[in-house]
Amino acid sequence: MNTAGFETADEKSRGAINIRNVTKVYDPDGACVLAVDNCSMDISAGEFCVVVGPSGCGKTTLLNAIAGFHGISGGEIYLDGELLCTSERMPKPGSDRIVVFQNGALFPWFTVLENVTFGPVMQGVMAKKDAEDKALHMMGQMGLQGISMNYPSEISSGMRRRVEIARALMNNPRVLLLDEPFRAMDALTKTVVHQFLLNVYDEYKTTIFFITHDLDEAIFLGSKVYIMTTRPATIKKILEVTIPRPRDFRILASPEYQRLRDECISAVHEEAVKAFKAGEREM
Amino acid sequence: MTTDTVANGAKGVSVGLPGAPQAPQKQTSDFRLTLIRLKFWLKSPSPYLNILGLAGFLLFWYLTTEVLKLPLFEKLPGPTATLDEWLSHDPMFGISFFTLEYYQHIGISIWRVFQAFALATMLGVPIGLFMGWKKTFKDYTFPLLEVLRPIPMLAWVPLSILMWPGREASIVFLTFLGSFFATVLNTLLGVESIDECYFRAAASLGASEKQIFSKVIVPGALPFIFTGLQISMGYAWFSLVAGEMLAGEFGLGYLIWNSYTLVQYPVIIIAMITLGVIGSLSSLIIRLVGDKLMQWKVREAAQ
Repeated sequence: MNTAGFETADEKSRGAINIRNVTKVYDPDGACVLAVDNCSMDISAGEFCVVVGPSGCGKTTLLNAIAGFHGISGGEIYLDGELLCTSERMPKPGSDRIVVFQNGALFPWFTVLENVTFGPVMQGVMAKKDAEDKALHMMGQMGLQGISMNYPSEISSGMRRRVEIARALMNNPRVLLLDEPFRAMDALTKTVVHQFLLNVYDEYKTTIFFITHDLDEAIFLGSKVYIMTTRPATIKKILEVTIPRPRDFRILASPEYQRLRDECISAVHEEAVKAFKAGEREM
Repeated sequence: MTTDTVANGAKGVSVGLPGAPQAPQKQTSDFRLTLIRLKFWLKSPSPYLNILGLAGFLLFWYLTTEVLKLPLFEKLPGPTATLDEWLSHDPMFGISFFTLEYYQHIGISIWRVFQAFALATMLGVPIGLFMGWKKTFKDYTFPLLEVLRPIPMLAWVPLSILMWPGREASIVFLTFLGSFFATVLNTLLGVESIDECYFRAAASLGASEKQIFSKVIVPGALPFIFTGLQISMGYAWFSLVAGEMLAGEFGLGYLIWNSYTLVQYPVIIIAMITLGVIGSLSSLIIRLVGDKLMQWKVREAAQ
């Protein structure tokens, strides 16, 4: 593995992502749309990175490029110092960069346990029995006991999302890519899954690339919040969230949280207004 | 927030608290579940309305044909005449519950449908799956499918007789055609109905092309496949009767046409009702097999 000056020695601190001058042009029916313009980000290994921006601004484009679902038109993306994608090269999706989707993508035809063991069993890196043992152990730690034989439709949406995160972590990914995973949830369920994700992050220290347009969620969860401009997307502002971990709901009342939130809102508001004027959907 | 929890509660799911151990979800046995459902069903008005509807139709049939003898209906055999013949040990026209011939006709029709349907399923499902899996293959085959599919089965009769030696093969071929296209199309639609995110998730989790085929495409398309099989079973019976009427020597379709020409009208009704019952049963069998294979769907519906 070419490590070229990036730290990858420590198992726990893998997953550094360097996005260099990435540009993406969509070309649906002839009209070129510049979705991402010369965007650069440096996400260090083990960072909880949250990307915030107006709807349709190109956040998901970046995530899809890292995941290997779409190519980019210019620039480079490096993962742990290795070149991952350029305009010529699109990586295959792989278990080192696992995506948790907006609407959830647990296979409804498999039980929870079959879903969680899917990665290692498909890749052939673990015997089915071993994968099941590991999955049950992991789910036990995560407070997901007693549902392993249920189908996804039989458990609550909050539970489904947690199972999906467990399914991703079974593969020991370098980076966890979360594309507005809690978007469709009610406020109560959200608080539960937020705490869950924080606990998981404290435990596994996996690099997380989290897309949202919920500012509270961004500050509550993230170590750094990257605020993007409206299309064409580029980084407008980076906010360091200095609130120490482990975190819980009590930080929502802290002055530090309020300060960050105000800063975030003023930055995002400008972009939201621009996006609104440009005829985009509201935030 | 209160409404959210109430809504969740009503659906039988609970929002777990962090750290608190989850109560294992209770699994009710299939048999008990069936009993409970049966009890509820018997308490609901449905079964009685079902019976009432059927009885109403029988009464209508009886009144129009046997009591009032209305102009349009006077030539038709009534329910008592049909039932007399059907239950007779010594039927006037040779077809009743107690004659071997009746079962020969049923047997041969079922056997033809079975062969044709099995062949259509064994060919149609893989072709449909493959069309959905490989775009190139779909590009080659889809226009052909779309031109051949709307051709009515009856239009195939002459070709089928020209092509195949003997009646048997041509009837089975006609029946096969009827069900084949419906199976292919529904399987293809099934694959195309699978949300893109499942393909992405599987690829992201490191599944190979072949694994995606067997673990995403096949199970994901299964609900559509089984809907398609029920439709294709209907088409199979439809085509079978058409084929038997034109070229048959045995079978329920032949029996209907032959009884018409021989003026044995009650037999027509007997054969028609028999077709209806067997058709429903074959559809039911497909549904039961589908439910067996798709426990996840059954449990989803139970939520």
